[in-house]
Amino acid sequence: MSAYRQPVSAFWWLRQWSYLLFVLRELSSVFVAWFVVYLLLLVAAVGDGARAYEDFLAWSGHGWVLVLNLVATAFVLLHAVTWFALAPRAIVVPRVPPWAVLVAHYAAWALLSAGVAWVVLR
Amino acid sequence: MSRRSPEPLVWLLFSGGGMAAALLVPVLLVLFGLAFPLGWLPAPDHAHLLALVGHPITKLVLFGLCALALFHWAHRFRYTLYDGLKLKQASTLIIVVCYGAALAGSAGAAAVLLMA
Amino acid sequence: MIKMEVTRFRPGEDDAPIVQSYEVPLRKEWAVLDGLNYIKDQLDGTLSYRWSCRMGICGSCGMTVNGKPQLSCATFLTDYAPGPVRVEPLRNFPVIRDLVVDISDFMTKLPKVKPWLIHDGEVPEDEFLQTPREMDEYKKYSMCINCMLCYSACPVYALEPEFLGPAAIALGQRYNLDSRDDGALERRDVLASAAGAWACTFVGECSTACPKGVDPAGAIQRYKLTAAVSALKDFLLPRGARR
Ligand code: SF4
Ligand code: FES
Repeated sequence: MSAYRQPVSAFWWLRQWSYLLFVLRELSSVFVAWFVVYLLLLVAAVGDGARAYEDFLAWSGHGWVLVLNLVATAFVLLHAVTWFALAPRAIVVPRVPPWAVLVAHYAAWALLSAGVAWVVLR
Repeated sequence: MSRRSPEPLVWLLFSGGGMAAALLVPVLLVLFGLAFPLGWLPAPDHAHLLALVGHPITKLVLFGLCALALFHWAHRFRYTLYDGLKLKQASTLIIVVCYGAALAGSAGAAAVLLMA
Repeated sequence: MIKMEVTRFRPGEDDAPIVQSYEVPLRKEWAVLDGLNYIKDQLDGTLSYRWSCRMGICGSCGMTVNGKPQLSCATFLTDYAPGPVRVEPLRNFPVIRDLVVDISDFMTKLPKVKPWLIHDGEVPEDEFLQTPREMDEYKKYSMCINCMLCYSACPVYALEPEFLGPAAIALGQRYNLDSRDDGALERRDVLASAAGAWACTFVGECSTACPKGVDPAGAIQRYKLTAAVSALKDFLLPRGARR
């Protein structure tokens, strides 16, 4: 029998907004990796002494670095929000409603962010 | 029935990394990538950061964050290449490159953190 | 009246599907399926499509309506007014004729997850007792009507036809989470294979498409966590301590 096989385009993710959002969510991982590189550059500069740290600060103010970090921040936030939204569907705790799992994640996020900011800015 | 598929292990690393990245990366990136360079907040002085980075707990936390985040990237990026670009045929190569990069990156992170 | 643009495919005659338009009455109580029935009865008796119950139970009337997988008996024409309404076969399945797709792939996958109660030990004489709370554990996953809308919405299935797929994994979970069932270990080789839960990247579209609120994406994700934790235990614990 000659059934017709419906073709799948390599650009299937452009067909629907929800698919595009999925691909963007997956691409956020690239910016997570960029953050690791950026963090290690910072740590290395701090370890190299005050001069190197000043240089790093100056470099981080360059146009392209700023733009990259701005884009990366947007993607990292997309990652965080989508990650927390999906977490209650994987982590099912007996007798705890899903919304409570979600709230717990946001609470942990707020707490840790405040903690990190306090340690850095102290 | 031995099922020694590495899939559960890499998925756990992916998930751990996803969680660590979601919890910690936004604040660090906003501070060091935007707030300090743009002058929204005064950048911390060198001595404070050096003391911070020199502390073993900081080293451990940052190493965990870096390694997990890199494996998170490796796993997600692998599947993005499979699905987004229809590259499933090149699966072996993609696996070697992605997880290999994450391993190398973790080793690099350890070196940088130990020296700092 | 509303215009329906229906995909036609005649095996052996057409190389690729074509689109044919029909004008059907726009009635408040008419579903897309009623429009198709009108076409078949009044305009063109050669149109082929599947349906049976007309009430969202049998799962046979799945189609792509304006780009989205839908039960054609549960999707109303007035929601698409003034039209036109595009009716295509379910995506990701081979088309046999017009709106009829070949479901044999799904049919061979379903029994692989052993979707029945596997009970070690004595079977009770009268009945298996279960509390409402125990039933709530899996009830949502038992609502599946095998309509395959989730397969049609899933890009992973589109790209990787070996993927076991949303409904089959959710059905495996439906039994795994049943207090009367002891078959989780037997299902593990299939559910936790590379073509099983691990192939899923949590696009989440299956759950959006599901007309019965099954949430297959959540079922798969939950299964991954269980399977990963048990694999970790296997890895860390000595053989004897395993359970
Ligand atoms: S899980 Fe939902 S969409 Fe998938 S076959 Fe079952 S009822 Fe249909
Ligand atoms: S005809 Fe039975 S579900 Fe639509």
